[in-house]
Amino acid sequence: MSEVFSALGLSELNPGVIIIVAALLIPFLSGAVRSIYMLAIPVVAFAHLSGLPTGDFGQFNLFDMTLTTLRVDKLSVLFGTVFLIATFLGVMYALHVGAWLQQVCGLIYAGSAIGAVFAGDFVTLFVFWEMTAVSSVFLIWAANTPSAQKAGLQYLIIQIGSGVILLAGVLFYFRETGSIAFNALDVGAFSGQLILVAFGIKCAFPLVHTWLKASYPEATVTGAVMLSAFTTKLAVYALARGYAGTELLIVIGTVMTLFPILYAIIENDLRRVLAYALIGQLGIMVIGIGIGSDLAVNGAVAHAGAGIFYFAILFMAIGAVLYRTGTAKASELGGLYRSMPFTTAFAVLGALSIAAAPLFAGFVSKSLVLSAAGKDGFFWPWLAILFASGMVVVHTAAKLPYFAFFGRDSGKRCEEAPLNMLVAMGLAAVLCIGIGLYPAPLYALLPNDVSYEPYTVDHVVTQLQLLTFAALAFTLMLRNGLYPLMLKSVNLDTDWFYRRPGHTLAQFANRFRVYTWSFVADAAVGGATRAYQWMHRHAGPDGIFGRTWPTGTMAFWTTVMLGAVVIAGFMKAATGG
Amino acid sequence: MTADPQAPDKGTDEKAHGFQTPEHEKTWLDEPRTIDTLIYGLSAVCALLVVIDPFLGRHGKFEIETLWGFYAFCGFVGCVGVVLIAKLLRTVVKQPEDYYDE
Repeated sequence: MSEVFSALGLSELNPGVIIIVAALLIPFLSGAVRSIYMLAIPVVAFAHLSGLPTGDFGQFNLFDMTLTTLRVDKLSVLFGTVFLIATFLGVMYALHVGAWLQQVCGLIYAGSAIGAVFAGDFVTLFVFWEMTAVSSVFLIWAANTPSAQKAGLQYLIIQIGSGVILLAGVLFYFRETGSIAFNALDVGAFSGQLILVAFGIKCAFPLVHTWLKASYPEATVTGAVMLSAFTTKLAVYALARGYAGTELLIVIGTVMTLFPILYAIIENDLRRVLAYALIGQLGIMVIGIGIGSDLAVNGAVAHAGAGIFYFAILFMAIGAVLYRTGTAKASELGGLYRSMPFTTAFAVLGALSIAAAPLFAGFVSKSLVLSAAGKDGFFWPWLAILFASGMVVVHTAAKLPYFAFFGRDSGKRCEEAPLNMLVAMGLAAVLCIGIGLYPAPLYALLPNDVSYEPYTVDHVVTQLQLLTFAALAFTLMLRNGLYPLMLKSVNLDTDWFYRRPGHTLAQFANRFRVYTWSFVADAAVGGATRAYQWMHRHAGPDGIFGRTWPTGTMAFWTTVMLGAVVIAGFMKAATGG
Repeated sequence: MTADPQAPDKGTDEKAHGFQTPEHEKTWLDEPRTIDTLIYGLSAVCALLVVIDPFLGRHGKFEIETLWGFYAFCGFVGCVGVVLIAKLLRTVVKQPEDYYDE
């Protein structure tokens, strides 16, 4: 395949670009031809990738900057390979979808993420970074519900915001170093801090994590599968490239590993449970990157790779349930093993993988980070990963299969998932078991040369003790009514702080008005109320931002603030400050 | 069916749902005996793993790791603890499903 690309003069083409360009032809095809064409796209890109030698390619000069559009090294090849496999699985899972817009956007999104991984400089990275945001939002909006519209807009603002902050950081970086090459960054420099914030937003760091749990559960059935694979793992790649050994990341990762567990336990929407579980697993990767030793970074990226596959199975299985029954809420599900035996089996395999049961993918990747934390004497992060490894049973690995497929019978009877979905789940399951049984090929792809043996008596027995006792705790709590019932509810998270205050302020003003009678207060509140009414006229349901209120208002002010940041950045750069 | 979000976390799932599986659709997984067997089996595996623990000569990076049954303790107590904390958290953060919609 590489000969074909060479003959066309495209031997230095970024594999992501192949996917993006190829995706544009999808609207002109239909039926089986389209299906075969879409499946062939990641295969061709993979063939091109496997023919690429190591090094920097596709370089050209823009003003006085050197752009490197294709950097091939172990780290980019690992993420590129895993992303291409995830693309294939995502396309397979979505083959039944007729709407071409979703298919095109899904592939452009995947191609952009792959393009970003092979970017050798910050400008190329920025372009692909923003393309992932703009293309993936359609996977949320395509769900075509009011809540998906809102969540999609919030997602877009935050993702674009991440890109704008990245750009600001790059401008400072260029001023400081005179280079735009994307290599290890210094968190002590202002540019390093800005870029860390940009990566952190995409990686769902605590407090900026809410876009993830708000948007993934609102996406289309097939869109959520694609989303779970790329955005956050691209951020993990970027962190591994830029910030390995930054101790701050150990603290952030430890918090990320623990707090989502509480929310995952009480969450009713099973796709949101997975979103929280995803943040928890990202925390383990962030800890690994923060530790920064060869073993730890290997563990972080191995866990990112393995995580893509088991989250793919889990999102696919719950997606299939949503597709067939119309709901992903635990309070409305149960007993589906009767109707969907294959989906049930795949979900259980995915659950065993996320639980890091020996012989499954999670075990051979998480062990690396845990060993690295122990080896370098990071006691608290080590203990956090250990506890989180047990708790994953009660918040996802046992909870999800129990409430969807077993448990009490919901009375729902439906067809088994479509064949293409089953094939996609089956392939992902084969990968999870394959990596677990024979981790050597995954280990060979890892960036650092470290030999590691996951299957020692110590590892296997301790992990089994952890998991069986966690499973026992789950079972006994269910039996005795201690496990929280699944209730239809919203659980407030930190996004409350920007979603709610406007409303609360208005309520407060109203109460203030009731309790005060003095002319001055009355006049003041009257003014405030009139101001509120004026704002309500413009920003309210019938105003200029009406269609998207209240996120529309937020969109407006976020754009204003981000614009101000960029202008300040330019001015500081221009005045030599 | 709309569950009252303010309702206390009591009662069994069956009561909350009210659907009874028809007899002809019941499988061996619906037998109470199967569930009991599974729980006893799981308990037996747990017991076995703890009993063999001191004979494995485990060595850890940290002192605490080598204590008898440390991992079993972490698994069980961690899970029970985190579920109880999550239930506490729910009393603070739980709101009706349409909370953000108005």
